[in-house]
Amino acid sequence: MSARNLPPVYNKIAQHAVFPEMNHDERARYNFLANLNKHLAHVSTGNKIAFENRVAPKFEKEHGRKIASTEELKEAISKDAHYQVWSSLRRSTMEMRQQAGRSLVLRQAAALRDKVRALNQGKDSLVLDNKVAVPPYLLACDNHIMPGSYHTELIEDDVTPAANYDTGLFVTTAGLLGRYSDGGGKAIVSWVKKTYPDFNPKRILDIGCGMGHNVLPIAKAFPDAEVIGIDTGAPMLRYAHARAMDLGYTNVKFMQMDAAKTSFEDESFDWVQSTMFFHETGGKSIYNIMNEVYRVLKPNGLTLHIEQPQYTEDMSLFEKFIRDWDALNNSEPYWSKMHDIEPLDLMKSSGFREEDFMQIGAKAENDLDDGSQKADEPEDHGRSPIWNVFGAFKN
Amino acid sequence: MEEKIDYIKLASNKPKGKRPYFHDDPAVERVLNITMAIAGELAVIRERMDSIERLLEKKGTVTREEIETFVPETKEQEEQRQTWHAEYIGRVLRIVQQEQEELENPDKSIEEIADDINEM
Repeated sequence: MSARNLPPVYNKIAQHAVFPEMNHDERARYNFLANLNKHLAHVSTGNKIAFENRVAPKFEKEHGRKIASTEELKEAISKDAHYQVWSSLRRSTMEMRQQAGRSLVLRQAAALRDKVRALNQGKDSLVLDNKVAVPPYLLACDNHIMPGSYHTELIEDDVTPAANYDTGLFVTTAGLLGRYSDGGGKAIVSWVKKTYPDFNPKRILDIGCGMGHNVLPIAKAFPDAEVIGIDTGAPMLRYAHARAMDLGYTNVKFMQMDAAKTSFEDESFDWVQSTMFFHETGGKSIYNIMNEVYRVLKPNGLTLHIEQPQYTEDMSLFEKFIRDWDALNNSEPYWSKMHDIEPLDLMKSSGFREEDFMQIGAKAENDLDDGSQKADEPEDHGRSPIWNVFGAFKN
Repeated sequence: MEEKIDYIKLASNKPKGKRPYFHDDPAVERVLNITMAIAGELAVIRERMDSIERLLEKKGTVTREEIETFVPETKEQEEQRQTWHAEYIGRVLRIVQQEQEELENPDKSIEEIADDINEM
């Protein structure tokens, strides 16, 4: 047996009717890239060693003092040979993942679109609205260096951004989100059911739902609830809806809306959820969205948000710097700014009360883990499915 | 909207946002990226070979044991195999050989040669 944790083989990923067809070599390419990601996560521990043994002493010798900010740290470490090659390999791996995913989905763009159309036809549970604008924070940058981001349509009724996303999450996380990439949604359902066994939401909203992978576990756990996922990306919603239809969901609806200005009535949801959404928004929008969450939430309603781990005061400069690596170099720019916002302040600014605020840690539930995974894995900063969850009941 | 798209070109599109470079010389970054793409394709071929070997074994044509223990059986086979390795290494390490040849026999630049030829 190998001395290290191996990513699961790609063919373990769950299939559904709109999952792109993949040939032998396309699966093999993803296996290579998942392993390369895993390898680089291990090698990343070398950055800390290089920083402590080489970068920091050199800086102190030259300046007669310690490194005082992450900006100084960045400048100093960017001259280090290990950091350079690690960074360059990691960036390259992410570009290769996008290339591999796009090459396989774009070659079958029309066929995928037709499959999605067939499943969506005549269903009122998919509501698209071409008057919904893509928010400027999504137009400014292609998140996760995904060319064209979530919204770009290369053919009429394109679904390839979602199909690419669906195939590739497994690679970026080395399979840690499970067969349906729904480890986040499953984790929040388990926590809610365990913590609030009497909570019985009738209407649930998932904001920034993307391809719907994390809202489906919620819909499954509360089969009598009406569950609505909203997003601004039409390709994501088309695909999300077709995927959910094929997987047998009957209580979930997908609607094209901006989370900062939905058309829902005041106090109309028992639960408003987001999963890895806020760090892909913007500095003003995040407050507008939270205001909207507060507005549509019923009294005694629950809101929860799964996010990247927060910076803490006792976190070293190096730790903060390396956690920001993905934000800057895998293009999730707002993530590097969101650290400056205290979730409690964000929620209070919308009307939630301090005494109702809650913050917990969560870890993805992974049905691909057969128990053979060792616990002493180095944390893959920004990729590990270990999250911060914050939220509140509205009172 | 066009139905047929140039998926080969589109697949390699650049994402929005200036690309970060980490090495002092962007040429290093460029070469490393090309090298890693080739490393990836080698891994793909290796996995394909593994599939072929396992299928051959499953269908009773050849066992993996036979493949593992196979050695060239004739002088000709020996030469063919070693020649392939030699050619392969020569191809991959071309630039190192060329730099060595340059060291052994320093050359004029093409601009200088052009000036020379202009006088010829």
